[in-house]
Amino acid sequence: MSQSDKINTPQTVTKTTGRVIRPVAVSRARQNSFARRTFFGFTLLPVFLILIVTIALLVRSWPILNAYPLSDLLFGDVWKPTDGQFGFRPFILGTFWVTVVGVVLSVPPCLLASIYLAEYAHARLRSIAKPVLDLLAAIPPVVYGVWGLLAIVPFVDKVLAPLSDRWLGSVSIFAVNQPTGFGILAAGLVLAVMIAPLIISVMYEIFSTVPNDLRHASLAVGATQWQTIRNIVLPQVAPGILAAIVLGASRALGETIAVLMVVGNIPQIPTSIFDSAYPLPALIANNYGEMMSIPLYDAALLSAALVLLVVILIFNILSIIILQRMMRQKWAS
Amino acid sequence: MDAHIQVKNLNVYYGKQQALKDVNIEIPKNQITVIMGPSGCGKTTLLKTFNRFLELSDGTQLTGEVLVDGQNIYGREVDVTEVRKVVGLLAQRPSPLPMSIYDNVAYGMHIHKMKKDRKEYKDAVRHYLEIAGLWEEVHKRLHDPATSLSIGQQQRLCLARGLAVEPVIILGDEPTSALDPISSQNIESRLLDLKQQYTTVIVTHTLRQAKRLADYVIYMYLGEVIEAAPAHEVFTNPQHERTKQYLEGLF
Amino acid sequence: MGFLMKKHWQRRHLMEAFMKFIMRVSLVIVAGALGLILWIVIVRGLPALSWAMVTKIPEGGYYMGKGGGILNAILGSLYLASGGTLLAMIFSVPIAMYLKTYLGDSKWGHYVRLSLDVLWGIPSIVYGAFGFTLMIALGMRASLLAGIVILALIELPIMTRAMDEVIRRMPVDLEHAALALGSTKFEVALRVVTRQMLPGITTAILLGLGRGIGDAASVLFTAGYTDRIPTSLMRPTASLPLAVFFQLGSPYPEVQQRGYAAALILTIIVLVVSLGSRWLSARLNKYTIK
Repeated sequence: MSQSDKINTPQTVTKTTGRVIRPVAVSRARQNSFARRTFFGFTLLPVFLILIVTIALLVRSWPILNAYPLSDLLFGDVWKPTDGQFGFRPFILGTFWVTVVGVVLSVPPCLLASIYLAEYAHARLRSIAKPVLDLLAAIPPVVYGVWGLLAIVPFVDKVLAPLSDRWLGSVSIFAVNQPTGFGILAAGLVLAVMIAPLIISVMYEIFSTVPNDLRHASLAVGATQWQTIRNIVLPQVAPGILAAIVLGASRALGETIAVLMVVGNIPQIPTSIFDSAYPLPALIANNYGEMMSIPLYDAALLSAALVLLVVILIFNILSIIILQRMMRQKWAS
Repeated sequence: MDAHIQVKNLNVYYGKQQALKDVNIEIPKNQITVIMGPSGCGKTTLLKTFNRFLELSDGTQLTGEVLVDGQNIYGREVDVTEVRKVVGLLAQRPSPLPMSIYDNVAYGMHIHKMKKDRKEYKDAVRHYLEIAGLWEEVHKRLHDPATSLSIGQQQRLCLARGLAVEPVIILGDEPTSALDPISSQNIESRLLDLKQQYTTVIVTHTLRQAKRLADYVIYMYLGEVIEAAPAHEVFTNPQHERTKQYLEGLF
Repeated sequence: MGFLMKKHWQRRHLMEAFMKFIMRVSLVIVAGALGLILWIVIVRGLPALSWAMVTKIPEGGYYMGKGGGILNAILGSLYLASGGTLLAMIFSVPIAMYLKTYLGDSKWGHYVRLSLDVLWGIPSIVYGAFGFTLMIALGMRASLLAGIVILALIELPIMTRAMDEVIRRMPVDLEHAALALGSTKFEVALRVVTRQMLPGITTAILLGLGRGIGDAASVLFTAGYTDRIPTSLMRPTASLPLAVFFQLGSPYPEVQQRGYAAALILTIIVLVVSLGSRWLSARLNKYTIK
C-alpha cells in the first residue's frame, strides 16, 4: 500500500505531464489532493472525539474535583449530595463486584467454547456459531435486563440463594443477607451472558493467529489435540486471551440499563455476591439531569462518568494494542 | 519384497473432487521410497494418508485401507496418536515449536512419557541431536529458542524431534524444498544414513533428488499411481508412456 | 512385528475426552442462553402484544393500564436510529475509504483503527452524559436531533470498522491495476473502492441501525421521552428501549405486561435487522471480487 502511495502522489502526476500542462490532469491532481485533505480531516475525527469527550467531562467535573481532594471522592463512604457529601466508594465497589462476578462467570465457558470452535469444530458448526454469536451481540441491553428481571432474579432468589445459604452460608461473600434476588450475582449473571459474544469472538480470532504448522508439528509426534492446545496453542495466545478478558471487563464496567434493572440499586458497601449494589453507570443513569439545583451534584455525577471513562479507556487501549499486535503478526506471516 | 506399508483400494475425496483414485501399492521396508509426479497429482495427499493427517482438514473422505505391518491404521479401534507416533513426519517447511532447542526434541518424549527421569531425557535429547547431525552445532546453546537456528538447522531439529518418539516410518513432504542446497544435501545424507533402520517415504518434485535417494519409486499422475517399481527399473526402463514423458521432460 | 496401535485408555485420552466434553457443554450453555432469552421474551411478551400496541400512541391513563400503544416509541426509535445511522454514514464512509486508500496498514492506519476501537468501547452512558453537557452548553433541550447526534457518535466507530474490515480484504491487485491505468488515488477510492465497499456499507448500515435502535443509556438524557410522535427535530422523542424500561418500572401489572410486549417488539426488530444484514452481505459478496 505504502508503495503505491509513493508512486502516485499528485506531484508525480504533474511531473509526468511534463512541460505541456494538461488542464485535465492538473485538475484531477488537485481534486486528488483536495480529497486527501478532506478525508484526512474526517479521519482525525475519531482521535479527536476521544479527547473531546474526556476533556468535556473533565471540565464539567472540575468544580467538584477542585472542591474536594480526589481521595475523599474516590474513597468516601457517604453519598449525601444534599449535605455536600460525595463519597463514591460504594458505587466504585459496586461496579467492581458486578464486573468481577460477570467476568469470572463468563470467562471459563467462553474460553472453552472458543477453543472448541477454533480447534475442534467442523466448518459447519462454525458457520452456525457465527450468526448465533452475532444475534447474541445484537440483542439490546434492555432486553437482557428484561430477561434478567424475569428469569435471573427469580432464579437467584429461589434457587441459588437457598443453596448458597445452606452450603456456603458461613463464607461471607456467599452469605445471603438480603434475600430478594436483586443484587450482584443477578447482575453478574446477566453481564456474563452479555459479554460472552464479544469474548468468544475475540478469543476465536486470537486462536486463528496460531499457524497451523505448529499444531501439525505437535500432532505429528503423536500428541492428542488437547495436549497440542495445552502445550503449544495456549502459551502462544496467552496475552491475547488476557486482552480479550480485559476487553470483556471494560464492556461490563460500562453496562448501564441491564445492570440497573437487576442489581437492586442500594448505595452500600457490598460484602456478599447476594447483596444489592449500586454501580457507577446506574448512579449516573438514575440521577443525572434531576435535582440539578443541588450544588456540585451535576459535577459529582459527571466526575463519576469521568472515572468510569478513564478506567475503561485504560483497559481498552491496553487490550486493543495487544490484540492488534497479535493480528498483525498473523497477517505478516 | 518385504512390504512395510500396504495400500489397498485407497480413494480420497476433497468434497466432491477425487484426489486419489484406487491406489494399490506396497512400500518396502527399510528403504527409501520416493513419490514423484507433476504438481497436483496427489503425492502429498497419498503421503498424508500414511499418518492420518488428511483428516485434519475439513471435508476429506477416504475409503480403502492403509496397512502398516499388516494392521489397518484406519481401523475402528486404532488410536490415531499411536499411529502418528509410529509414523513420523518431516514437514515441507521446518516448524520448530515455540520453545527451546532441548524442549523441541524432548517434546514428543514428554507427550508419551517415554523416559523415567531427567537424565534419561537429557541423554535421549543428545542421542537424537547426534543422529540428526546437529549436536556439535547446538550443544552449547540447548536452551536457546529453536527459532534462533538457521532454516537448515531447524529442519534437522525437526528430524531429531520426529525420531525421538521412536517411529519406524519416516515421511518426508518435500522436506528440502525450503532449504538452501547445502542444507538440503545435509538432510539427504541424514536420510540415507537412517534408511537401514527406518522405512522412509519422501515426496519430491525434483527428479535429481529422486534419483539420489530412491530405492523404490512411485510415479503418480492425476491422482492415480501410474508406476511403482524399484528405482533402477523406473529410471532405466519405465514401463509406461507417461512416466517416460515425465522423466524426459525434466531433463 | 506388530505395533500396538489399539487404543488403550491412558490419562491423556481421558483428558482429551473430558476437555472435549466440557467444551461442548460450554458451547451449549452459551447457545442455550440465547435460546432462553428469546424464549422468555416471547413467552412473556406475546400475551400482551396486540394490534393497538403497534398502531396507537398512549392514550390518557395508559400508564395506569388504560388503552393505547407505543407507536410513539417505535417510530421514535426508527427516527433516532435511521437519523443516527445516516449521520454516521456521512463520516464513516470517507474515513473507511481514507483508511484503505491512503493509510492502509501504515502506522497512522493503526492509530486510527486503535482510536476507533477505543471509541467503540466507550459505554453509551458516558456518551449520554457527554451529550447532555454539550446540550447544556449549547442551550439545547432533549430532542430528536440531540439523540440522533449522540447515536451517530456511538455508531460511527462500529460502522467505520465494519466497512474497514470488509474493504481490507479487497485485493490490492485491483487497486494497483486502476492506478497503473493512470487513475489518481481519489478516483480509485471513488470508483473501485466504492463498488467493492457496497457489501461493507450495507453491513455497516444494518449494524448501526441495530445498535441505534437498541441503545437506551445514551438517549435517556439526550432524546428525552414523550407520548407524542415527534414532528420536528427539535422536539423530544420516545424510544423503544426506554418504553420497555419505564413500563417495567410501573407498579401496574398491565403496564408491566406491555413492557414485556415492547421488549418483544424491540427484539423482533433487532433480530430482523441482524438477520437481514447476514442475508444481504452474503448476497452482495457474490458480486465482488474476493
